Amino acid sequence: MANEVCFRNLDLDRPWLLDQYQRRGGYEMITRILKDQVAPSQIIDEVKKSGLRGRGGAGFPTGLKWSFINRDLPGAKYIVCNSDEGEPGTFKDRDILRYNPHALIEGMVIAGYAVGANAGFNYIRGEFWEPYERFEAALEEARKAGFLGKDILGSGFDFALYSHLGAGAYICGEETALLESIEGKKGQPRYKPPFPAQFGLYGRPTIINNTESLASVPEILRNGGEWFRDLGVENSGGSKLFSISGNVSRPGNYEIPMGTPFAELLEMAGGVRGGRELKAVIPGGSSAPVIPGDQMLGLNMDYDSIAQAGSMLGSGAVIVMDDTNCMVKVLERMSYFYYEESCGQCTPCREGTGWMYRVVHRIEQGEGRQEDLELLDDVAAKIQGRTICALGDAAAMPVAGMLKHFRDEFQYHIDHKKCMVG
Amino acid sequence: MPGSPKAKLETVAYHLNGSAINARPGETILESAARHGVEIPHLCHKPGLRPDGNCRACLVEIEGERVLAIACCRRPTPGMAVRSDSERARRSQRLVLELLRSDVSGTPQDSANELGQWCQRLAIAKPRFPEGPQPPADLSHPAIAVRLDACIQCTRCLRACREIQVNDVIGYAHRGAASRIVFDLDALLRTSSCVGCGECVQACPTSALAPAGASRFAAPEKAVDSLCPYCGVGCQLRLQVKDNRILRVEGRAGPANQGRLCIKGRFGFDYVQHRERLTRPLVRRDGVAKTPNPDFTADLRRVFREATWEEAMQRAAAGFRDISERHGPHSLAGFGSAKGSNEEAYLFQKLIRTGFHSNNVDHCTRLCHASSVAALMQMIGSGAVSNPVADVRKAEVILVIGSNTTENHPVAASFMKNAAHAGKTLIVMDPRRTALARHADYFLQFRPDTDVAMLNGMMQTLIEEDLTNDEFIASRTTGFAALKAHLAAFPAERVAPICGISARTLRQVARVYAGSRGSMIFWGMGISQHVHGTDNARCLINLALLTGQIGRPGSGLHPLRGQNNVQGASDAGLIPMVFPDYQRVDEPEARRRFESLWGAPLDARPGLTVVEIMHAIGDADATDRIRGMYIMGENPAMSDPNLPHARHALSRLDHLVVQDIFPTETVFYADVVLPASAFPEKTGSFTNTDRRVQLGRQALAPPGEARADLEILVDMARHLGLDWQYAHPRAVFEEMRRAMPSMAGITWERLEREGSVTYPCRREGDPGEEVLFGEVFPTADGKGHFAAAPFSRAAELPDAEFPWILITGRRLEHWHTGAMTRRSRVLDAIQPAPTVDLHPTDLDRLAAGTGDPLRIRSRRGEVVAYARADPGMQPGQVHLPFCYREAAANLLTIDALDPDGKIPEFKFCAVRIEPA
Ligand SMILES: Cc1cc2nc3c(=O)[nH]c(=O)nc-3n(C[C@H](O)[C@H](O)[C@H](O)COP(=O)(O)O)c2cc1C
Ligand code: SF4
Ligand code: SF4
Ligand code: FES
Repeated sequence: MANEVCFRNLDLDRPWLLDQYQRRGGYEMITRILKDQVAPSQIIDEVKKSGLRGRGGAGFPTGLKWSFINRDLPGAKYIVCNSDEGEPGTFKDRDILRYNPHALIEGMVIAGYAVGANAGFNYIRGEFWEPYERFEAALEEARKAGFLGKDILGSGFDFALYSHLGAGAYICGEETALLESIEGKKGQPRYKPPFPAQFGLYGRPTIINNTESLASVPEILRNGGEWFRDLGVENSGGSKLFSISGNVSRPGNYEIPMGTPFAELLEMAGGVRGGRELKAVIPGGSSAPVIPGDQMLGLNMDYDSIAQAGSMLGSGAVIVMDDTNCMVKVLERMSYFYYEESCGQCTPCREGTGWMYRVVHRIEQGEGRQEDLELLDDVAAKIQGRTICALGDAAAMPVAGMLKHFRDEFQYHIDHKKCMVG
Repeated sequence: MPGSPKAKLETVAYHLNGSAINARPGETILESAARHGVEIPHLCHKPGLRPDGNCRACLVEIEGERVLAIACCRRPTPGMAVRSDSERARRSQRLVLELLRSDVSGTPQDSANELGQWCQRLAIAKPRFPEGPQPPADLSHPAIAVRLDACIQCTRCLRACREIQVNDVIGYAHRGAASRIVFDLDALLRTSSCVGCGECVQACPTSALAPAGASRFAAPEKAVDSLCPYCGVGCQLRLQVKDNRILRVEGRAGPANQGRLCIKGRFGFDYVQHRERLTRPLVRRDGVAKTPNPDFTADLRRVFREATWEEAMQRAAAGFRDISERHGPHSLAGFGSAKGSNEEAYLFQKLIRTGFHSNNVDHCTRLCHASSVAALMQMIGSGAVSNPVADVRKAEVILVIGSNTTENHPVAASFMKNAAHAGKTLIVMDPRRTALARHADYFLQFRPDTDVAMLNGMMQTLIEEDLTNDEFIASRTTGFAALKAHLAAFPAERVAPICGISARTLRQVARVYAGSRGSMIFWGMGISQHVHGTDNARCLINLALLTGQIGRPGSGLHPLRGQNNVQGASDAGLIPMVFPDYQRVDEPEARRRFESLWGAPLDARPGLTVVEIMHAIGDADATDRIRGMYIMGENPAMSDPNLPHARHALSRLDHLVVQDIFPTETVFYADVVLPASAFPEKTGSFTNTDRRVQLGRQALAPPGEARADLEILVDMARHLGLDWQYAHPRAVFEEMRRAMPSMAGITWERLEREGSVTYPCRREGDPGEEVLFGEVFPTADGKGHFAAAPFSRAAELPDAEFPWILITGRRLEHWHTGAMTRRSRVLDAIQPAPTVDLHPTDLDRLAAGTGDPLRIRSRRGEVVAYARADPGMQPGQVHLPFCYREAAANLLTIDALDPDGKIPEFKFCAVRIEPA
């Protein structure tokens, strides 16, 4: 039941080429839609039906998002794909760009048709030079074949698509910072509302979706929304790419149906490396609160299951830690990341990430004070929900999660000025 | 608006901290709370700036919402229950303050610091966290001190710089904790593109950006609401005063400036304290002869001795009486000042007319917009602007020609830039690519001196393409047929090679101008200061009449007036051919009115203009040779064209009385020098370029024995045998209302109350008319009169001997002849030496580099100035500002005059350049 959607061509030789993509029915959907002049609302309904939720991290229903755009509004509208893939632990979009770029292109053209947008941008993480080149090549193929550009397949529908290479800032994965960045400005999130569907790229209505969300669209339409929904479970339609990393034997991307037990995924990845004990798992990218290993073994990989355990499925990046990992050190490393990557715009995040890092750092260094744990609790609690974008939350949640599940390790560091793990 | 039934319908009723309150339409929670006396902490919010929501100090709890909201961005909805004082909201606000406080813990959190104030109010104790590393201070700029250790990253400065003044200097660089305010690409402020407007200083809540010098920490004794003394924009400001010194200047929300100022208005007030202030009356020492080229750096005491006021006044008056008795009243003349108040201008011209019995009274309007006024009077019957600068907000198209607005009317330019960024079409036409051009949709860098050809070409396009407003032409104008016949010789394709702008562009710009729902034309001295200046202006007026782009909000004509009160001084009759309110001296009816008002016989003969007076001094054969002059607050020894001639003339005067605050160059030709008051030392009304009459209020006592100019004038009148009684400027203003129907409705009390009233305001209670000519023009027949302008060339064209074109102009930091600004420590530190602008390729041609001295010679004189490369110049042209005594540009200029406006051709003469 694996590799049904985004990875479905993985078995082909050089699946990124246009003719390979077409061999399995690629571009048939857009061809049919344009030929039959399928009603845009019908497409959006199908996507809604599929239960596809945003694969970028927040899990917002994709069809619903598309319906926020007023299709009849005159003037420019845009489709933007978020291939910034900055969340630590996540590396699935890179493989879509590498191995299935045409699915993304087709998905974007369909999205453009559905919301009445005639131009799109794919914002690609700055370090993804090789995937960027491959995507560019695919764009060129698609343009030559007439799937992009003016009057696509004689339908009268225009859609131009460009890629835009980032420059190495995590914050540019946040959708409004990303828009600023495309506009040539410093990547800083915008205050919302207004949301991109009203005021997006260059102030025009814009749909922003993650690479995986958009690349799933052609398969959803080909097989029908229900088919996709039924791949997964209630509230979590479809199959999804999980990037599993850390102390496992075979780290990598696995496309599996939503709701698959974590234990199965772990097994696919070869189990904990060296047969060691599973200590903890971060189930959805570094921003997701940590879950203790034994609890995790009882969970399924879908939105509700993980949320009920107090964490989130996020981007589907599963970071596995065994008993050699010091949780203080893990948190120190993650805090440093957010401290480094905060855009610096709003006070709680700019100053708070620095505070949190400095305090965790001094605990790690054996210089912690008893009041530090309350301080961390306090600051983490007061950053959440008080910032312009979700990076503040992303920085605070791991802190809260670590202190909840592994407080004793932190206490040990403070009391003994050394590590429990050794 | 509040209280009106409509407004009531749109207000939003909601609950704040348990009380029911109303928010006005569009108001945020923060704004409506503040109006109801509920204080919510805020730092990145400042009225007038776009809310940015970055500091998060204003977090409030909204019932039914999971996360807190920021009060500065959030608008209430009906019935919403908001708490700014709940435990959760307060704790969040306090965390923000504590975080910021710890970030700047090394800097004083005093009453001048908004963060400190909020910390005090919310009782934030010493923060629990250590301070991070801080950037070093940047004290490179003479006006602005940068101490980012106090910065809280609120970006108020950035928004002020980029969105209000649109100078685009300040940026927010780097990421996260390393985020920092930077200038350009992290340059020192002094070397950045900063223009020193200080909008950021005014915006900064923490004094991280502050005026340079100690004033950051001194507490003022009083605040005086007044005006800026420099340009015609008429910015309102507040002077913070202590110990008879100005500590700090802030922009006020006047109608012309909305709180904005430029570098001169904000940082250029220290001239009043300059050690060279004249503080006692002076009389020329016996035996010190006048020479055409005195040493202007000489010790004043070697030329003059101090005198009592009584002696000085007696001498001054006796000299005038003596000349008048022996040679007749026409041998006397007076130059008033566009820097003085309306009341001063009015009394000065009244003194010349009733005390000297001559109409030989003029002022620098002659040197700036006399030609524009001549054309406007001739064609539409009124010399003032039709619409205020603020109308750029209502216009669709803004055409700026012959104006370096960003340097000469910086605050007006900021509104133009705002408009351009709001999507209005900005057209800039100028031989020099000025800073405004960067914001323009169309920039036409035409050949100097070809305005008439170019503008006629645009008009011919409108006729050819049938884009004229025929209904307007038929109902509101006369003379179209003649203009049409005249324009037939100017197809765009024919004028293109003359002006250097392609026919396609000329046509396109003409269409854009004509086709919009509202087009405004702004012009400056690039139009007026030519021997064909009146023709230049005529073309602009023709253009407006052809298209009907006049008489509506956002549609009209605006000659940007130069001096702060050149409009008012002209209105007050400081002009040789007209009494106050432009009533002609040679018109018997007008004369009779003024004779009865002033109780004195008046001369029917129009007097001489500025340059004509200079000629009449030198001309020994003239029956009316000018022998005696009274000069108040003008500096013809710097400002007149062909200075070698003008200075020679000044040195030949039998009797010269100069009333000024500094020993200007003109003072060195004086017999009697009267120490006067600087702008902040007196009260008076001033009329800006928009026709707004505004009040300047006294903030300081004059130094030493210096006296208010009005008092000196009254004293002078008495010494000339007139019985003048004016106890206060108010009394003069009352008389002016009787003399000037257009201002009759403005009372002094209203000026004191409202700070600004626009004329015409004929009856008390009239609101004042901002936009004129909606129905008729104030001409005899009520119509606008087309006036065909023939294409002619400058008086002196380049030739083999003098192959370069000289354009004179100004620098942002200096005012006119530099009398004030070169004595401002801050302003002179930024522009300390004479520089001349040339195209870089020209510098190469001269084998000279930036900073090298260049000798510039004309048929009249020569100066040496330092080279400055300016790619905005066209090759073969040089630009030299006229504010530097040591390289006085007017030693070079030609005194050829426009026949109608009598304005000299400051913008064009031939020179030769070589390395010095
Ligand atoms: C700090 C931050 C970083 C983010 N980085 C990414 C990213 O790298 N890729 C991504 O798809 N979404 C990222 N997001 C989420 C996007 O803002 C946005 O929700 C997403 O692109 C929407 O697409 P989807 O609905 O298809 O998931 C990030 C959000 C935040 C707050
Ligand atoms: S939460 Fe952090 S990253 Fe997001 S806008 Fe605020 S400072 Fe920038
Ligand atoms: S310098 Fe002042 S105004 Fe600018 S960000 Fe810092 S505190 Fe705010
Ligand atoms: S004042 Fe509201 S966020 Fe700064």
